[in-house]
Amino acid sequence: MGELIAISIGTIFINNFVLSQFLGLCPFIGVSKKLDSVLGMGLAVIFVMTLASMVTYFIYTYMLVPLHIEFLETIAFILIIAALVQLVEIFLKKNIPVLYNALGIYLPLITTNCAVLGVAVLNVDRGYNFIQSTVHGFSGGVSFLLALFLMSTIREKLDLADVPKPFKGVPIAFISAGLMALAFLAADKGILDLFR
Amino acid sequence: MSIKDKQNKNKIPAKTAKVQSDGRLLHEFTKGLFKENPSLVLLLGLCSTLAVTNKVSNAIGMGISTTFVLICSNCIISALKGFIPDKVRIPAYIVIVASFVTIVEMILNAYISALAKSLGIFIPLIVVNCIILGRAEAFAGKNDVLPSLMDALGMGLGFTMSMLLLAFIREGLSSLGYDFSDYGAGMLSFIGGGDTLVIRGAEVFGGIKILGLPAGALFVFGLILAAINAVKDIIRQSKKNKSGSGHKAAAEGING
Repeated sequence: MGELIAISIGTIFINNFVLSQFLGLCPFIGVSKKLDSVLGMGLAVIFVMTLASMVTYFIYTYMLVPLHIEFLETIAFILIIAALVQLVEIFLKKNIPVLYNALGIYLPLITTNCAVLGVAVLNVDRGYNFIQSTVHGFSGGVSFLLALFLMSTIREKLDLADVPKPFKGVPIAFISAGLMALAFLAADKGILDLFR
Repeated sequence: MSIKDKQNKNKIPAKTAKVQSDGRLLHEFTKGLFKENPSLVLLLGLCSTLAVTNKVSNAIGMGISTTFVLICSNCIISALKGFIPDKVRIPAYIVIVASFVTIVEMILNAYISALAKSLGIFIPLIVVNCIILGRAEAFAGKNDVLPSLMDALGMGLGFTMSMLLLAFIREGLSSLGYDFSDYGAGMLSFIGGGDTLVIRGAEVFGGIKILGLPAGALFVFGLILAAINAVKDIIRQSKKNKSGSGHKAAAEGING
């Protein structure tokens, strides 16, 4: 149990997917202008990342490894993720239209979100088992939502701030993201010792 | 966001690109370098741009790998554009791109394993680099092989150049030298070995370590974007002056 907590705390605060591993930066800059869209995007990413971690674990362990075709990992994973996103979209459209209306437009974007493929590859690289993979996927999604949420609140304030002209818009967003990354740097590995 | 935005942006050049001529091909090549530079202007492929630019050697490796995948996938996709049904084109593109990424991954692991280790997870992540899928969707799927090849070359080179710029600044200031040991070469240091500038026994300057960390990447990238904006503003201003009353001094100020 302690290990699972360590994985999730480590993924959310210390190795934050966006701010210290640079996974999912495109939506981080692209979607973080408004708070509403951030929540939709973040929830969709959590959902897909958790599912993707679970499914890719099974495919890797019970298909790629027995057949000795681990080198097809990249192709297999990206296809699984693309298919998964489509399935989720169809399922939500049919059964939970409310959720679909909220998340719908963000789902297709998730296929090309580095964080989703990244979490699948990282699970394999680190040799996580099923439970660990699932926790890693879920907390990776949470770390994405956290970074996006913080960023969007900052950006809404930045719109009103008097920023030097060349820095307006995206450049100042990057600089504030850098400051946030500094803050996350302070969440040292020492925190993890509390859970051991 | 990326693919649709780019599609709209490229609608006009993609249509006119059917007229093949040398000037056209040259335009397809040069547009990726400056005007539509994928990472600095269009803000695509940011993950790898920021993550691997802590070292110049990583940036070179990433740039060449991505350019290779981009060239191959653009050529294949433009050659197959009559065969791929419109409805399944995105999955088809992804499979083509992923195959080439797998090839790159295997080559790197076999021949330059040190580089493969330091790029790590970002080699498989070339698959989801928005630049590649974006070019496939916005350009290669609508144009012939030769223009697509030039487009891929230009975009790949533009991507590599912007990564190199970032990496030169970051590694140079953070470790006061460039480490090429991944390629079997030595370390190129400004201060003749070590990572701290020592004058008469006193440690004077140890490099700005923060620039080598993730936070530094975001800072430097933000500053570069701001600098580009500032230069654009100056150019616009000078054009206005030129067309208005012909202030030559302003234009010369930029050239100097």
